[in-house]
Amino acid sequence: MKTYLLPSVKITVVLLVALSGLYPLAIAGIGKFTPGHGNGETIIYKSRVVGYAGIGQKFTRDDYFWSRPSAVDYNAAGSGGSNKGPSNPDYLKQVEGRIQDFLKHNPQVTRAQIPAELVTASGSGLDPDLSPAGAQVQIARIAKVRRLTVGQVTQLVNSHIEKPMLGCFGPSKVNLLKLNVALDELKK
Amino acid sequence: MNTEISGVIFTYLLTLAIAIPLGRYISRVFKGEKTWLDFMAPIERFIFRFSGIDAKKEMNWKQHLFALLTINSVWLIYAFICLMAQGHLPLNPDGNAGQSADTAFNTAISFLVNCNLQHYSGESGATYFTQHFVFMFLHFASAATGIAALVVLFRALKDKVTDKLGNFWNYFLKSITRLLLPISFIIAIIFAFNGMTTSYAGKTTFISMQGDTVHVSRGPVAALVAIKHLGTNGGGWFGANSAHPIENPNYLTNTVELVAQCIIPIALVFALGFFLNKKKFSYVIFGVMTLGMLLLVIPTINAELNGNPAIARMGISQPTGAMEGKEVRFGPVNSAYWSIMTTIISTGSVNSMHDSAMPVSGTMMLLAMMVNCFYGGCGVGILNFYIFIIIAVFISGLMVGRTPEFFGRKIEAREIKIASLIALLHPFIILVGLAVSSYTLVHAPNADWSVKPGSWLNNPGNHGFSEMLYEYTSSAANNGSGFEGLGDGNIFWNYTTGIVMILGRFLPIIGPLAIAGLLANKKYIPESAGTLKSDTSTFGVMIFAVIVIIAALSFFPSLALGPIAEHFSLK
Repeated sequence: MKTYLLPSVKITVVLLVALSGLYPLAIAGIGKFTPGHGNGETIIYKSRVVGYAGIGQKFTRDDYFWSRPSAVDYNAAGSGGSNKGPSNPDYLKQVEGRIQDFLKHNPQVTRAQIPAELVTASGSGLDPDLSPAGAQVQIARIAKVRRLTVGQVTQLVNSHIEKPMLGCFGPSKVNLLKLNVALDELKK
Repeated sequence: MNTEISGVIFTYLLTLAIAIPLGRYISRVFKGEKTWLDFMAPIERFIFRFSGIDAKKEMNWKQHLFALLTINSVWLIYAFICLMAQGHLPLNPDGNAGQSADTAFNTAISFLVNCNLQHYSGESGATYFTQHFVFMFLHFASAATGIAALVVLFRALKDKVTDKLGNFWNYFLKSITRLLLPISFIIAIIFAFNGMTTSYAGKTTFISMQGDTVHVSRGPVAALVAIKHLGTNGGGWFGANSAHPIENPNYLTNTVELVAQCIIPIALVFALGFFLNKKKFSYVIFGVMTLGMLLLVIPTINAELNGNPAIARMGISQPTGAMEGKEVRFGPVNSAYWSIMTTIISTGSVNSMHDSAMPVSGTMMLLAMMVNCFYGGCGVGILNFYIFIIIAVFISGLMVGRTPEFFGRKIEAREIKIASLIALLHPFIILVGLAVSSYTLVHAPNADWSVKPGSWLNNPGNHGFSEMLYEYTSSAANNGSGFEGLGDGNIFWNYTTGIVMILGRFLPIIGPLAIAGLLANKKYIPESAGTLKSDTSTFGVMIFAVIVIIAALSFFPSLALGPIAEHFSLK
């Protein structure tokens, strides 16, 4: 046993220094040169930080584009999904409730137009995006509440659609925080 | 939708494009040939000298196992102590407390065995110290352990009669210095430039557009997430793992994480061919594994694309597919592909919540872990596959009425006994665990634990049963993903899955190495006309059949009660 124990302990000590100490420190050093300086990229509006570009936040007011339902209520000190199974009757009732709520706030919209992501919770509970359809289905409401033309809001949404990676890999999406900031700026 | 499918195909092709040359490189490293990372040699010599190791001393298979088990015991004790004491250790800017004994027991084993089942949430249950000095360290160490064990097998398969199988410390350290660390470094830099945080600053706060005060957990994430995938570990920084926007900010990082977790397991298959100069043999293994992968991936993508039929009945549209538990920036197709790659490869990181996936997908994920050798984890994937090869050789031998031979060695009673025991161990520990938990749930629903058994399950009916089945399957396969609705952060689950994880790790390393060591010592019989050719597609079909019969069929009853029944109730 002694033939192996002592070398085991010693090599562990050296590797702890190298792998757990030096390696992440080097990455932290390199991280200083990234756009967010390693602290995360913030979005600034009216000279105050209103959030992180990548981290979704709660938008429930009618004058903003709504974000997706969240199992952690967009509390970014934690994260997680609902973990509801697809056949769970309570969960299905909850989804039906969300659909009705959405229809109430968006009378211009029919059921078949609501994309699934607006009535289902994301995996992280902090999803920052919607699909283009998820934003487009809210245009009529936003235009009405903000007294803008449908054309203006549509143009705003279209200019915020992020194309798939290299144009051909992955889904298109819309970052809600950026879209809603732009919406506020439009009104100025 | 089309861009989502092309994204997945692109990711897989990119994986192969990297894995094949990487396989050649790995073979060169462990043959001791020249490589472009030879400038690491002085550092390695320093580490060996400091540790008092003679890296040139040849070991037999028993000495390899002694070294492997000794150093793993050291890590287990070290990790356990750190996790309990983390509240008093440095690098704890968020002021998180130490873990309870049962959670620390589970967590220490979990990271030691490359499983990374997480019965805590990273935001509140770990500190920056334990994230780096326990989890990330074990990410490297457990992956290197698996690779070192596999290299012993490579050496044993050579046609020389010997009991000298190289030096464990040499294989172990080189796995880190020549493979895991340099590649992790590159990956972490890509991550840092794509929005993953790297600084040691703690939690931050902002006021949202709507005026809510939001606290944001952060941390030096990028370095850990790189090795988390490269080493097929899967234990993430945040509770939501790679669904979290900091841990996986965009489609590019998602692609890199997907590629990173697959390249070493696939490269090792090719490394086997280069190392033994038997390329055709590695193509056969690769073919069987890829066929298995496709048979699992395609139904999963299909199920997720079609969406949830119960939600479709409510009359809303699911243009992209099932969205519960998924992120918009990845989409259901990519999440489906990820969920299978992470389960066949034993990574266990997730970019969507598996608990909310369609029942067909759940079945495929479970099957992936029940087989546990379609590519498989770093090193251990091929060790598991080797067991099935031995059994396939034995059965083929019986069918043609000849003494079974593999690579010029006779396979006899002792080897086949070990192989059978290891092959049966996997269903045994899963199903016994499942039986015990089901019994407890039914007969002691009000037992006075922090989570009463009656409240373990997050979903009723068949899906609840699947949650328990998934937990033990994931533990035994050292996968680490979960149907996370399960209330697993309590004494029952911490101890039972802890035991399952440790059995599911070390016995499947000891068994194949014992067989390999025994075979390497046997008389070499040159190939003749009557030799069973191991590098043919016929033999590939044979292995595949053995895998299906042993791995898949022994689990059929439990699958029928869980996800299969749920599937039919949804229609």
